[in-house]
Amino acid sequence: MKIAVTSKGRNLDSKVDPRFGRAAYILIIDTDTLEFEVVDNAKNANSFKGAGIQAAASISEKNAEVLLTGFCGPNAFKTLDTANVKVVSDVAGIVRDAVKNFNKGDISFTDAANVEGHW
Amino acid sequence: MIISIASGKGGTGKTTVATNLAFSLGKNVQLMDCDVEEPNSHLFLNPEIKDKQAVIAPVPLIDEDKCTWCKKCMEICRFGAIAVVGKKVITFPDLCHSCGGCMAVCPEHAVSEGDRELGDIETGSIKENLFVQGRLNVGQVMSPPIIKKILTLARDGMVNIIDAPPGTSCPVIAAMKGADFVLLVTEPTPFGLHDLALAVETVKILKIPHGIVINRAGMGNDGVKEYAKKEGIPILMEIPFDKKIAQVYSRGELIVEKMPEYKDKFLDLFDHINRLIKDPGDKGAGFK
Repeated sequence: MKIAVTSKGRNLDSKVDPRFGRAAYILIIDTDTLEFEVVDNAKNANSFKGAGIQAAASISEKNAEVLLTGFCGPNAFKTLDTANVKVVSDVAGIVRDAVKNFNKGDISFTDAANVEGHW
Repeated sequence: MIISIASGKGGTGKTTVATNLAFSLGKNVQLMDCDVEEPNSHLFLNPEIKDKQAVIAPVPLIDEDKCTWCKKCMEICRFGAIAVVGKKVITFPDLCHSCGGCMAVCPEHAVSEGDRELGDIETGSIKENLFVQGRLNVGQVMSPPIIKKILTLARDGMVNIIDAPPGTSCPVIAAMKGADFVLLVTEPTPFGLHDLALAVETVKILKIPHGIVINRAGMGNDGVKEYAKKEGIPILMEIPFDKKIAQVYSRGELIVEKMPEYKDKFLDLFDHINRLIKDPGDKGAGFK
């Protein structure tokens, strides 16, 4: 399964970026092999409006089925929900550990945004 | 005639100047409160509101039967108001700026116009004078359409006084465009000066004659006066940093009513504005 994890750096030992729409990078990770693709999110991070919506559309395009991140706002959540991408919020620590916890099933999916827009 | 009262910095006294100037003139005046995020001129003027009309802006409606998910609408939208995910399209009306780009680029003509209410405009009177105010709905961010609509209500042959929003972005420009004169209200502090300079840059681009009112004069420093001198901008009035004025304001009263000696000062201000509209280089106006 492919999952998306917001990341402050370009590899699995980077910290999870708590922001979704304005995360530095988004890693698209194969949970079986831990192979990953780096999505540079700089364009969204600096966008004027709708960063979460754009980021959600881009991970949907990469066929990620799940998103692990810190905070997810209402517009991003609505887009992810429409795209059938499940969301795990309040994720922190190192990306590799977040994936490990996910594989162990040590997570819970959220059914709503956990922050207001433009928090 | 349209006089737009702006500031750059918020809380410098735009409403104080607008309402007291309007009241001092006393007749043939229309006050137009364009500070649509929090219109408050009415608190001082107590107008009788007679009519209220909604301000509507178009937002995209997607016909999913025609859509081929080409994403052209999503790509042109600067504001992220449309997202195409898989074979679904979602729109975010609150983010839409009603530019019509999505409709223009859709090769399938799958985008049509829906309505969104941005806010409303109320009109009424204060004795024989007129009053207009706009109000942006909670949760909406796009105020220029409301302000532009208010401006269409400016009356020929009347003195139309605009209470503009703070800042120097689109809403302020909407409240200045078409004005015969922009009165910049500032306070003599580093913050006041910083934002005044931004507002001056804006007015210069719009090429509108302008002058400065210093409110709370006596506090802060001489930075604003030095700046005005250097830039050749007339200082048309100074309102002192006076506890009595603050008390009058905080009770929702007008300075010119409670301290009648100020009425002549506001009439003087109007006279200076008139002279500068006729001749922006009139050295007799301002330049104390």
